[in-house]
Amino acid sequence: MHARTPELAIPVSADDHAQGSRSATVTLVEYGDYQCPACGMAYPGIKRLQRGFGKSLRFVFRNFPLTEAHPLARPAAELAEAASLLHQFWPMHDWLYENQDAWTAYGTEGLEAGLRQVGLDESEVAQILRRPGIDARIRADFMGGVRSGVNGTPCFFLDGYRVDGGVADLEYAIAERTNES
Amino acid sequence: MNILPAGSIAPDFTLHSTPDQTVSLSEFRGRNVILAFYPADWSPVCGDQLALYNELLEEFAKHDAQLLAISVDGAWSHAALSRDRKYHFPLLSDFEPKGAVARQYGVYDEKGGVAGRALFVIDGDGVIRWSYLSPMGVNPGADGILKALENLGASQRKAG
Repeated sequence: MHARTPELAIPVSADDHAQGSRSATVTLVEYGDYQCPACGMAYPGIKRLQRGFGKSLRFVFRNFPLTEAHPLARPAAELAEAASLLHQFWPMHDWLYENQDAWTAYGTEGLEAGLRQVGLDESEVAQILRRPGIDARIRADFMGGVRSGVNGTPCFFLDGYRVDGGVADLEYAIAERTNES
Repeated sequence: MNILPAGSIAPDFTLHSTPDQTVSLSEFRGRNVILAFYPADWSPVCGDQLALYNELLEEFAKHDAQLLAISVDGAWSHAALSRDRKYHFPLLSDFEPKGAVARQYGVYDEKGGVAGRALFVIDGDGVIRWSYLSPMGVNPGADGILKALENLGASQRKAG
């Protein structure tokens, strides 16, 4: 790896949203924005990598909403964080990316449709959304990203090192690391 | 032409921020200023450097720092871009004579005829405390700016 490659400022911890085992060979961290079209396009690629590398790959998602460019990015991130407190982070996360074109066209109504489709209780979610911890969590993710040199979304880190480029570059880098071990 | 290094006096300038308003660097004496030179308006959104800075204005304000972005685009282009992207900081137009301010700071790209992607952190006395020229296609992010502002704050506290 290049010596000047930015490093992940906040190490992956138990507080992160993670899929896969802690003992996985490789950990991939994405800083993403739910309304960002480029993140939406990367989503199926990430799923493919997860299927392909199986237990060797752990995937972590962190919030990086560009709220002025994408006015629905923060409400969407809040919804996913609320879902997380109901142990439904990944279903909500996946729904947001799989249906990005649809809900972004309908604004907050689109998001409400999403929480119903994921099977969350609307009043329960509304209550959770009033907790200050949700915003703090999203902001903490965002600032950690900024300190790691994240400059746009999606931004990927492989075992703490930044990988620029698309899913194909990630696949190559992951394969290299899993073959080494 | 080399980018002005830390320790240099920041050359003063007066540039249009809108078709009928101007902004001078000297207006910000006593406060910190972040100058962000960038090549062109209307670059793609998702990887947009200015969209990132737009999210960090509160963070910059904590360091008593005002962000000023500068390109050679005209004031009308800036006005349209600012409205479209909901930027909450001035975009200054280094338009006539073209790139004169970018040249003074040593960051004009002669080949492209645009400002390079350069960052400066200037203290309240008008002294450059940190500067960085990013490769043209690389969005430099904001961690360098935040580190420079933190170092500035630490040295100011020491001096005070």
